Amino acid sequence: MILHELISYDVLRVTWWLLLGVLLIGFALTDGFDMGVGALLPFVGRTDTERRIAINTVGPVSEGNQVWFILGGGAIFAAWPPLYAVSFSGFYLAMFAVLCALILRPVAFKYRSKRPSPAWRNGWDWALFAGGAVPALVFGVAVGNVLQGVPFELTPDLFSRYEGSYFGKFLGLLNPFALLTGVVSLAMLVTHGAAWLSLKAEGVVADRARRIGGVTGVVTIAGYVLAGLWLAFGIEGYGIIGEVVTDGPSNPLYSEVARTDSWLAAYVARPWIVVAPVMALAGMSLAVAGLRAGREVSTLVWSKLGIFGAIASVGLTMFPFILPSSLHPRSSLTVWDSSSSHLTLFIMLVATVIFMPIILAYTAWVYRVLWGKVGEADVTANSDSLY
Amino acid sequence: MELDVVELSRLQFAMTAMYHFLFVPLTLGLSILVAIMETVYVMTGRPIWRQMTKFWGTLFGINFALGVATGITMEFQFGMNWSYYSHYVGDIFGAPLAIEGLMAFFLEATFVGLFFFGWDKLSRVAHLAVAWLVAIGSNFSALWILIANGWMQNPVGASFNPDTMRMEMDDFFAVLFNEVAQAKFVHTVSAGYVTASVFVLGVSAWYLLKGRHTALARRSITVAASFGLAASLSVVVLGDESGYAASHTQRMKLAAMEGMWETHEAPAPFTAFGIPDIEARETHYAVEIPFVMGLIGTRSLGTEIPGINDLVAEAEDRIESGILAYDALMSIREMRDATPPAIRDTFERHSGNLGFAFLLLRYMDDPRDATPEQIAMTANDTIPGVLPLFWSFRFMVALGFLFIGVMAYFFWRSSFRQQSYPRWALRVAVAIIPAPWIAAELGWFVAEYGRQPWTVDGVLPTALSVSHLSVQDLLLTLAGFVTFYTILFVVEMGLMLKYIRKGPFQDIDETEAWEARHETRLRGGAAPVPTPAE
Repeated sequence: MILHELISYDVLRVTWWLLLGVLLIGFALTDGFDMGVGALLPFVGRTDTERRIAINTVGPVSEGNQVWFILGGGAIFAAWPPLYAVSFSGFYLAMFAVLCALILRPVAFKYRSKRPSPAWRNGWDWALFAGGAVPALVFGVAVGNVLQGVPFELTPDLFSRYEGSYFGKFLGLLNPFALLTGVVSLAMLVTHGAAWLSLKAEGVVADRARRIGGVTGVVTIAGYVLAGLWLAFGIEGYGIIGEVVTDGPSNPLYSEVARTDSWLAAYVARPWIVVAPVMALAGMSLAVAGLRAGREVSTLVWSKLGIFGAIASVGLTMFPFILPSSLHPRSSLTVWDSSSSHLTLFIMLVATVIFMPIILAYTAWVYRVLWGKVGEADVTANSDSLY
Repeated sequence: MELDVVELSRLQFAMTAMYHFLFVPLTLGLSILVAIMETVYVMTGRPIWRQMTKFWGTLFGINFALGVATGITMEFQFGMNWSYYSHYVGDIFGAPLAIEGLMAFFLEATFVGLFFFGWDKLSRVAHLAVAWLVAIGSNFSALWILIANGWMQNPVGASFNPDTMRMEMDDFFAVLFNEVAQAKFVHTVSAGYVTASVFVLGVSAWYLLKGRHTALARRSITVAASFGLAASLSVVVLGDESGYAASHTQRMKLAAMEGMWETHEAPAPFTAFGIPDIEARETHYAVEIPFVMGLIGTRSLGTEIPGINDLVAEAEDRIESGILAYDALMSIREMRDATPPAIRDTFERHSGNLGFAFLLLRYMDDPRDATPEQIAMTANDTIPGVLPLFWSFRFMVALGFLFIGVMAYFFWRSSFRQQSYPRWALRVAVAIIPAPWIAAELGWFVAEYGRQPWTVDGVLPTALSVSHLSVQDLLLTLAGFVTFYTILFVVEMGLMLKYIRKGPFQDIDETEAWEARHETRLRGGAAPVPTPAE
C-alpha cells in the first residue's frame, strides 16, 4: 500500500496530536458533566426524588459519554503506542483507582433505582460521587505530573522502567503542584456539572447547582491562574537539543533532550498560543457569571469553552512534548518520536474521518431527542423505568 | 507455580477477561433476540410482544451495565500490566481496538440509553431502529475485538522494524481479513447467540413450570428455540472452521488440544478419550477414532498433521535462526545507517524467528550465549499445557452438541406439537442455563492458554510482555479486582433473580383494549378495527 504516502509522516503526526486533543476535550466536555454531576450529587439532592432528578439528567447519555474515554484509550494505543505503554504502567495505582471509579459509575446508574431500599440507593449514590470525583481529581493530578516530567527511562530495547518502590511511586504523584492541578480539574468539572444541571434539572436541584457552581467556578479560575504562575516561574521545562527530525523513526532515544528554564519559552516562540489560556479564563469567568445570573444554555457553552481552553493550553505549552521524563530526559516522548508507523497513522485517520462525523451526528440526534428538563413529575411518573 | 510479575499479570488478565466474558455473550445474543421481539411487535401491534421486549430488555440492561464496566478494564489493562507488549505490537494491535470504539462501541453505548428512555419520546419504528442499532453495535464490537485477538494468534501483515524495536503494520487488509480472526468472530458471536437462547429458553421454562406468565414464556421459547437451533448448529460448524485455521496457523495449539505427540500418517485418528502425559510424552488410555482428526483438521485424506515432538524439533531450528536475527539486530542497532548490507540481509532472512530467540531471555541476558542444552530446553517450553487443553476442548465440544440437541427438541415441540412441553424437558432447560457460559469460558481458555508461551504467536513471548511493576503492585490490584468483581457479581445476580421472579410488567389496560378491538373481528368476522399508533 502506498496511498498513505499522500500525507507526509510529520503532518500525520501533528494531525494525530490534534486528534488526541480532540478526544481528550471531547471526553472532558461530555463525560465531564457526568463526573461533575456525580461529584455534586450528595450536595444538590437531599431527598431521593431530588437525587433522581440529578441522575436522570445524565443517565441516558452517560453510557455514550464514557465511550470518549474508551476511545481515547484506544486511540492512544493505536496512534501513540509508547505513550500508552509508558503512561498507564507508570501511573499504575492511580489508573487502578480511576478504573474502579469508572467501573462503578455505569453500574451505579443502572442499578441504583432498581431496589427501593434507602440503604441500597444511598450506597450507589456514594458510588456515583466517587465515580465522578475520583477520576476528575486523578486526571488533574496526572496532568500536573506530566508537566513536571515523569520518572521513567527507556532501555535500548524501549522497555520502560520507573524509579521508586510501588507505593512510593504512587505517593510521588501527589506532590503540591499536581495536587493543585488536581483541584483545578475537579473544580472545573464540578462547575461544568453545575452548568449542566442548571440547564437540565428543575427546581431546587438546579438552584443548588448554580450556587455551588458559582463558588467552584471561582476556585477553578484562581487555581488555574496560580498553577499558570507556578508553571511559569517555578517549574523547569524541556527542550529538544540540536536538529529536530520530524519524520524519523519512532524511537525516543534517537533525539537529545535537556531541561530548560521554563515551559514559558513556548509562548515566546509561538506567541499566538496565548489564545488558549485567554479562552480558558474567559470561558470560566463567563460561566461563573452565567451561573449567578441564572442563564442556562449560554452558561454551558461558556463552560465548554473554558474547558477547551484549559486542556488546549496544556497541550500547546508542552508541544512537541507529550510525556517528558524527569529521570532520563532523553527518554521523553514527543510528537516526533513516539507515534505509530506512517501506515497505521494514515489508516487510523481514514477511519476517524469516516466515523467521527457519523458519531457526532447521531450523538447530536440523541441529545435532541432527550432535550428538555427533568423534574419531579418525570421521576414520579416513570418511577419504574427511570434510573 | 511461582508468583512472579509474569504469572500474576497473566492471572490478572485471565481473571478480568474471563469475568468480562460472563457478560459479553449474553449482550451479543440478547440484543438481537430483543430486537427480533420488538420487530414482531412493530409488525403485528400485539402488546404481548412489547411486554416481551421490555421484560427481556430489562434483563439485557442489567447484564449490559456490567459488560461495559468490565470492558473498561480490558481497554486499559494492556498499558497497565503489559507495557512491553503494548509498545511492541501497539502499531498493529491498537488499530482494531480504536476502530472498535469509533465504529461499534460508540453506536451501542449511545443508543442503549435511548432504548430504555426513548419509549415515549420516539415513534415505534424509530425505537425499533434504536434496538437494532444497539444489536448491530454490539456485534460489530465483537468483530473488531476478535480481529485484534486473531492477530495475536496469527500475526499476519506486519514485520519487525529494527529502528523502532517493534512490529509495524505492512498490510492492514491482511490484518482485517486474517482467516483466524474471521473464523473466531463467527464462532464467538454464534456462541453469544446460543448463550442468550439458552438463557431465554431456561427462564421461560421456569415460568411454565411455575405456571406464570405463560403467554410470554411460550412465545419466548418459540423465538429462543428457532434462533438457538440455528446458532448452536453454526457455533459447532464455525468452531470447526477455527480448528481448520489452527491446523496451518497454530499447529502446536492444535497438536496440544488433540494430545498428538507423534506425527501420524495421514489421515490421523481423533482421540476421543485419553490422559495426556507431558512428562512421558504420550497419551495414556487413548481411545482413537480412525481418520476423523485428519478429515476435520485438514479436510483431506493425504495431509499430515504434525505432532508435538516434530514441532519441538522445528522450534529448535527456529531458535537457532532467531539467534542469527538477534545478532544481526544488535549490529544494526549499533551501526544504524552504516550497517553493511550483508548484515541487513541476514536480519531480513531470519527476522521471522526473532521471537524464538527472545524465548531464551528467560534463562539468560544474551541469547547469543545459549548452549545446545539451553536451546533444547527452551524448545520444550513451546509446548503448552496439554492435559487441560485436551479436556477443556472436549468438554466445550460436548456442550456444543448438547445445545444442538436441546434446541432441536424445543424447536420441534414448538413447531409441530402445539407448543406443549413435558415437565422433564422444561427442567432440563432450566438446569442447563449455566452451560453456555461454561462452554464459552472453556473456549477462551483453549484459545489463549493454548497460545502460550506467547502473547503473539511466534513473535513475542509472554514472559517479555509485562510492565516494570512489583509483585506488591500486582497483588494489590489483583486483590482489588477480585474483591470488587465478586461484589459486583453478587449484586448483579441478585438483581437478575429479582427481576426474573418479578416477571414482566403487565400493562393490563393496554392488553385488554387490544383484545377487545380484535374480539369483534374474531367472533363476528367484522372488518378489523385499525390499530391506532401508540
